[in-house]
Amino acid sequence: MNTIEQFRHETRAWLEANCPPSMRVAMGEGDVVWGASQPQFPNDDARLWFERMRDQRWFCPEWPQAYGGAGLNAEQVAVLESEMRRLRCRPPQINLGIWMLGPVLLAYGSEEQKRTLLPPMARGEVRWCQGFSEPNAGSDLASLKMAARDAGDHFVVDGSKIWTSYGDKSDWMYALVRTDHQAPKHEGISLIVLDMRSPGVKAVPIDLISGKSAFCQVFFDSVKVPKSNLVGPLNGGWNLGKYLLQHERKAMSKFGEFSLPSHFDLLALLRDYLPQPRSQGECALQARAVACAMDEHAYNLTVQRMAEEGRCGDDISGLMAIMKLVHTEQERDKFEVLLDAMGGHALGWQHESFSERELAVTRAWLNSYALTISGGASEVQLNVIAKRVLGLPDGKKGVQA
Amino acid sequence: MNLRYSEEQRLLADSARDFLAARSPVAAQRRLRDQGAASGFDPQVWRDAVALGWSAIPFPEAQGGLDFGCMGLGPVFEAIGHNLAATPLLSSVVLGGSLLHLAGSPTQQGDWLPALISGERRVALAVDERARHQPRDIALAAVADGDGFCLQGEKFWVVDGVGADAYVVAARTAGQPGEAQGISLFLVPADTPGVACSPLPLIDSRNSGRLRLDQVRLGRDALLGCPGEGWVALDAALDRGRACLAAELLGAAQQLFQTTLEYLKTRVQFDVPIGSFQALQHRAAQLYVDLALARSAVMAGLAALDDGELDAARRGRLVSLAKWKAGDTALKVANEAVQMHGGIGVTDELDVGLYLKRVRVAQACLGDRDFHCERYADLDQACA
Repeated sequence: MNTIEQFRHETRAWLEANCPPSMRVAMGEGDVVWGASQPQFPNDDARLWFERMRDQRWFCPEWPQAYGGAGLNAEQVAVLESEMRRLRCRPPQINLGIWMLGPVLLAYGSEEQKRTLLPPMARGEVRWCQGFSEPNAGSDLASLKMAARDAGDHFVVDGSKIWTSYGDKSDWMYALVRTDHQAPKHEGISLIVLDMRSPGVKAVPIDLISGKSAFCQVFFDSVKVPKSNLVGPLNGGWNLGKYLLQHERKAMSKFGEFSLPSHFDLLALLRDYLPQPRSQGECALQARAVACAMDEHAYNLTVQRMAEEGRCGDDISGLMAIMKLVHTEQERDKFEVLLDAMGGHALGWQHESFSERELAVTRAWLNSYALTISGGASEVQLNVIAKRVLGLPDGKKGVQA
Repeated sequence: MNLRYSEEQRLLADSARDFLAARSPVAAQRRLRDQGAASGFDPQVWRDAVALGWSAIPFPEAQGGLDFGCMGLGPVFEAIGHNLAATPLLSSVVLGGSLLHLAGSPTQQGDWLPALISGERRVALAVDERARHQPRDIALAAVADGDGFCLQGEKFWVVDGVGADAYVVAARTAGQPGEAQGISLFLVPADTPGVACSPLPLIDSRNSGRLRLDQVRLGRDALLGCPGEGWVALDAALDRGRACLAAELLGAAQQLFQTTLEYLKTRVQFDVPIGSFQALQHRAAQLYVDLALARSAVMAGLAALDDGELDAARRGRLVSLAKWKAGDTALKVANEAVQMHGGIGVTDELDVGLYLKRVRVAQACLGDRDFHCERYADLDQACA
């Protein structure tokens, strides 16, 4: 047996012995475990699974051991991931720090930052949130205004971030801030990290059309941030932010492999709510639904194909650029059809007249609007595909994807 | 299930692309059209394609094949679509050959398969009787006649029908149109008395025919498989044809999209390339998305046919997904290609129109979008 086969053999045996059976079934709502200073576990198995994977250093298996990883090579990581898929292991935790900021620190962080920030991240002890968007900087992110003013040994941060997921529950934030107001807008931005318990930080949850949400607006009122919290060069944050967002897409696709977000099986629901189409209108509705379900099937096959091509070393940048757009647009279309098929059953807000599933459909439909906007609106995604993938020329000067 | 071509299949793709680019580019298609060739293809190109092994790809080695499966046919059909090449690969090898392979007796296989693989003879499949594909609706009657059968009726759209050496005719020996049970398959040599195929000139300028069967008397040895039990083999062979056509549609759409993209980058209006207009950029990006999804569906459809463990419903569901998505995408690309080329897009001088016509026909052939949408839903229910 060669070394990688040996590794597969050992990994499989370890997972079989250590992943509790209840962690090998699809996750329900509320089953996600977030790495944090005070992590919440839905049950003891989830805690056990978290601790065992943490002690194995497999939250970030590819990181160097010096920074809390297991030091696995790419081939070993692929084996670990495929063995976890094979057993249907749930992700033991979800951690924006590891997926998003971690790779940036590894590439651009100072040695001191790596030694202080990465090991707790790798143990799942810190919950991170992202501070990019601002009330007046959405799709045009580079127009952000939150200021970090140089005050000798520290920065003073003033302004506001919005659409910060779990801003009220996070321990630390990585944020893009303006450090030079005179420079062209892409060249006056820096990347900093800050403790959410610093005086002057206030996170306020945002209610959406779908009800309670994870999103917050975070206000910063003369918040002191040590200079050592600057990541990479001063005014060099824009490129780091772009690098970080590439990992967002990679992380999202990895997340998708482990556990697809709660999908509603459109055709199964249709069989329940529209078992025998009786009129031309109902037949037309059914045809629309089938087309949506087929497109979703094609998308799922594309996720599978991208993973396969990625493992073979093919260039998958084009596929990565379409995934967010396709998935979120398809969800929107799917709920349009589903709402029509379920009629009044899918229009309830809260009452025992509606089943839990029906209420979930309604909320998921309302939430699907947020998904085509957050993380780069569909129109921005189309710009990215047109310019970076297809190489179509820029239009007006100054407008960038 | 593999959704990516293997190294071997990539080599096949390269060789098919090179061969067709040299021997059967779009210009050659245009010439064939202008000459009005009845067979719709260049026999010398077909002989050379046979020499490359194309006609042997799907058959097992024991029958003189290469045993490369449908995943081996995929790259060839993509290259065919890319160049709009015309060959009897679909009609004679994928459809006719599959039925001989799946349902034929050893004698029938011995008589015909080597000749199909060598390109010496070709067969065509006669299924559809009406304008839209609906194979269960077969009504053409095969009535018991002494020790054999008598066939009477007409088939509407027989791919490569004119000049075929024999036809596999799907006819009804029992049951009602709409029922799978009662469909029988007959191998009918073209020179059988009462058999006549006349041209049905379609917009793609390929060989399509109407087959007339007038009191055609056949012995029991003309049956492919058991009487009334033809559906399973027919459905399987049609699925192979559908998946190959899906690959052809993908190849054509991909090439037409590239051509259009080049045009968007080079055509200048209002002093800028028209591809810098966001209204066109977003439409182009959307086509790219559809092409990516179509490729995944096509790969899954081809792979499903090579997966011996899939049942017919799961296989058919993936094939219908492939044909639906590839057909739908190809039509969108073709329509947008004409529009984005503007005035020159509606001239015969540009190849865009040839792609549009070919894609329109291939999309309708062996089941259009709506057919496959409905079939997918039925099979999905069967899988649930």
